[in-house]
Amino acid sequence: MYFSPVVLHIPDGFLSLTVALVCWLLTVVLVGLAISKTNRSLGDRQVPLMGVMAAFIFAAQMINFPVAGGTSGHLIGGALAAVLLGPWAAMIVMTAVIAVQALLLQDGGLVAMGANILNMGLLTVAISAGLYRVVARRSAQVRLLVCGAAAWLAVLAGALATSLELWLSSTVSLQVVVPAMLGLHAVIGVGEALITVAAVAFLLRTRPDLVTNGADGPAGLGWVAAGLALSALTLLLVPFASSDPDGLERVARDLGFLARGQPRFGPLIDYAFAGLADTPAASIGAGLVGALVVLAAILVVGRALRGRS
Amino acid sequence: MTAHIDAFDRYRHGHSILHRLDPRLKVVIVVAYIVSNSLLPDGAWSAFTAAWLVLLLANALAGLGITYTFKRSFVALPFALAAVTVLFVPEGNPLVDVHIMRSTFLVTDAGLVRFGSIVARSWLSVQMAILLVTVTQFPDLIHAWEHLRVPRILTTVVAFLYRYLFVLSDEVLRLLRAREARSAAAPGHRAGGSLAWRARGAGHLAGQLFVRSYERSDRIYQAMLARGYSGHIRTLNPHDVHLRDWLVAFVALILIAALQWLGWR
Repeated sequence: MYFSPVVLHIPDGFLSLTVALVCWLLTVVLVGLAISKTNRSLGDRQVPLMGVMAAFIFAAQMINFPVAGGTSGHLIGGALAAVLLGPWAAMIVMTAVIAVQALLLQDGGLVAMGANILNMGLLTVAISAGLYRVVARRSAQVRLLVCGAAAWLAVLAGALATSLELWLSSTVSLQVVVPAMLGLHAVIGVGEALITVAAVAFLLRTRPDLVTNGADGPAGLGWVAAGLALSALTLLLVPFASSDPDGLERVARDLGFLARGQPRFGPLIDYAFAGLADTPAASIGAGLVGALVVLAAILVVGRALRGRS
Repeated sequence: MTAHIDAFDRYRHGHSILHRLDPRLKVVIVVAYIVSNSLLPDGAWSAFTAAWLVLLLANALAGLGITYTFKRSFVALPFALAAVTVLFVPEGNPLVDVHIMRSTFLVTDAGLVRFGSIVARSWLSVQMAILLVTVTQFPDLIHAWEHLRVPRILTTVVAFLYRYLFVLSDEVLRLLRAREARSAAAPGHRAGGSLAWRARGAGHLAGQLFVRSYERSDRIYQAMLARGYSGHIRTLNPHDVHLRDWLVAFVALILIAALQWLGWR
């Protein structure tokens, strides 16, 4: 198979029109901002470069490596694009990639494209670029470490956004799908983190001139703030959404995100998880342990890569 | 093993009425059809059936045979798994008990209707999207976007992406083949290193691909300047909307409005 689809591509028919339109609105505003920023800073020279870079991300998604039991890890690319191209250019590149996947391969819908661009293109880039900028002037090892952590977190944030959008469209039940999506993408994110770290390490060693993002120019405090805020939001919402979906549902209802007449997924579903640890504390603990394991894995890989260079 | 154009592109050459229809009108009609599907209420089976008939008609008009898009429509199916959970909406009357791990799930009629409607919407929409790229050349589609006021920088990036997709796919297949050739394994022996080792290999491939793409982009730009590139991409197909195009679009939008009427009746 030439192309392994990512679970995050939402097809048409799964989002309610309201959710799809709100996502389109956010996407149009952010991409419009990215276009006006890049138009100001880039010449004609950079447009073909961005096109080739978009083709690079598309092709890089075909690179996979065997994990275990017939499954394979592969790249989504948001973090890599953010680190190599800078946030605004990366947003345009990811938008182009997701648009072509939807148009050419029907990987993701047309009306749902706004949501897909938001989840996989804009959110991942904002988190990765923001976190990377914090350490842009630090040593290579620190940068690689943050790069990996950002890639993992970005995938998780994309999965969280996807499941919340599906839930707000009452297409899935929060109680089952959020833990399933987050669990699956916590694993997919490790693959993403490992490949991203290895690719950036390779480039730092062979072509350091190409990895310049953030090291030059202003510090980009806005990006740092956006990246940190989105990361914090993800880290707060993930345990809350997976441990206390009823609480989340109540909050959404009170804030008016959920209509009164919408089908409610009731306590029946809860029986499935009655045996599992259900308390928020246990879930947050599990999340922390998971995060620590990933950090440790990245640290080990970083050290191994360091040893090579 | 090279990625030929047909590995990604679904375009099938033809001279049908849908092939000749102005691309921007095609985009508008397809988006209207998909939006109409999302607007249909749950359980509007007559409207979903009618929408399917419209789809079959479009297939026939495109000269592809009426099952053409159906055969290619299974890409959206894995996602239906996520929607399975709506089967257990507690409203409505219970139909079947499902026992999984000592828990009982009730499949309700309301849940079944909701699930069926989601799958129907998604399946109809993906088929119409497939039909769009089957009867429209991708460069024309990009041109249509320009007419529909998508910013030029975005359409240009997409045009380059499309152009170099096949070149870089070849590149990546060469890299993967080289890895394959160096990854021999004797039967009965475990091949390859640790997970981190394999991931590092994949990461190096990605890094190598980046360097090659970057250097290639430079040569591409020089070559394009030499051929008179002035910052925007031209097409030989004139995009003029004729009376015939307006008529087809009008009929299509009437049909879509009729679907809505049928669904909400």
